[in-house]
Amino acid sequence: MNATNRTVVVTGIGATTPLGGDSASTWDGLLAGRSGAGPLEQEWAADLPVRIAAAVAVEPGEVLPRPLARRLDRSAQFAVIAAREAWADAGLTGRAGEDGIVNPDRLGTVIASGIGGVTTLLDQHDVLREKGARRVSPHTVPMLMPNSPAANVGLEVGAQAGVHTPVSACASGAEAVGYAAEMIRTGRADIVVTGGTEACIHPLPIAAFANMMAMSKNNENPRTASRPYDTGRDGFVLGEGAGIVVLESAEHAARRGARVYCEVLGQGLSADSHHIAQPEPTGRGIAAALQNLLDATGLDPAEVVHLNAHATSTPQGDIAEIKALRKVLGDEIGHVAISATKSMTGHLLGGAGGIETVATVQALHHRIAPPTINVDDLDPEVDADIVRGEPRKLPTEGPLTALNNSFGFGGHNVVLAFRTV
Amino acid sequence: MAASKEEIVAGLAEIVNEIAGIPTEDVAEDKSFTDDLDVDSLSMVEVVVAAEERFDVKIPDDDVKALKTVGDATNYILEHQG
Repeated sequence: MNATNRTVVVTGIGATTPLGGDSASTWDGLLAGRSGAGPLEQEWAADLPVRIAAAVAVEPGEVLPRPLARRLDRSAQFAVIAAREAWADAGLTGRAGEDGIVNPDRLGTVIASGIGGVTTLLDQHDVLREKGARRVSPHTVPMLMPNSPAANVGLEVGAQAGVHTPVSACASGAEAVGYAAEMIRTGRADIVVTGGTEACIHPLPIAAFANMMAMSKNNENPRTASRPYDTGRDGFVLGEGAGIVVLESAEHAARRGARVYCEVLGQGLSADSHHIAQPEPTGRGIAAALQNLLDATGLDPAEVVHLNAHATSTPQGDIAEIKALRKVLGDEIGHVAISATKSMTGHLLGGAGGIETVATVQALHHRIAPPTINVDDLDPEVDADIVRGEPRKLPTEGPLTALNNSFGFGGHNVVLAFRTV
Repeated sequence: MAASKEEIVAGLAEIVNEIAGIPTEDVAEDKSFTDDLDVDSLSMVEVVVAAEERFDVKIPDDDVKALKTVGDATNYILEHQG
């Protein structure tokens, strides 16, 4: 490979999600088909039309030292926790430059959030109104800025090649991973900590999403409310958390003897240019992103064995994605084991692409596709192989290729591809 | 009622502990906020606002720059508290 088309591999994973405080417990939860959703029992939720969400399994305040936690928005807290796990999982300790392994000039971070530090913004607005300007925290701006998770993780690991935050609503996390892979492929960096995070379980975002008719109002049954592909689906369940991976040039990973999970084959991007929030019903834009991926990587659809779908459990979006897959993959869709892990984690918005990248990497590594839960009555329009109820073993021999889809309000479409090495 | 010097140092120690996580027993008059107590320029604003509330004193931004040590802050509060 020449300097502008280098092979990119995954060498570390980390997560904090509604299913667990790290990537291993999250994976166990996914394989067990466990829902991370529950009722919102806070007083502020009583009058909301939606009173369910998937909160993180482990509160960040239990993990992070208080002086650090109090100057980070919750979204940055999640990112730092997941990044610390991924960094250690990649066999790295301390800041780059201190260990003689990673050159800080060749290390970057690309970590995205869909909404940024919205709870900090709203909480400090309350402080301003109730207690006055003098009491507004001097940390407000560095906490609420959307690049705060990327910047804080960059400070932790000592990244100097670049710190970036692509923002594309619910595609943000996946767009970050794609951006990070490009930094390495084109030679800007040798190693990048990347992923997505989100923390907006707060009455304002919930009221706003609910008024868009985007969320499930199945308040009586939080654990079965997120039901992608089921005829009874009525919207997404809001989740929170972060998923982070360490990407590295294959050469850099080999030189330091790192354990390699899989290769990042590439990405395909497109935009719907249809509506600010509605999915394009035929899946035209999604199909274009997938086709762009195939064209850019030379991937043969026959090689794809698994897809971690976007599938948020909305009536229109789930179908548009399936239509797009069928359009591009044709009959090859028949051997793609499709998992909608949002049925268990809820929808982490900008964090979704992060935790679903981690789940896709784990699926390839363990050669098993996690289930989609709550598909009691499969929508007849879903003419594809949905992994329902139980996990599914993937082929035990040969290379495996998997896709991870993420789409966002604004018409952003991102398809990532990973392959075992 | 005005706070004594000892009460002010103890109060500042609690504030610094809350904000920077430094044990209260390590907060003494000769300690520099930035060099010894992990209080950066942003956190110093938090320390000042918390001290204003606790000791009923106003510390204008222009005066904050002169408060390098816990002793500086203690003397300032002693002189200006309401």
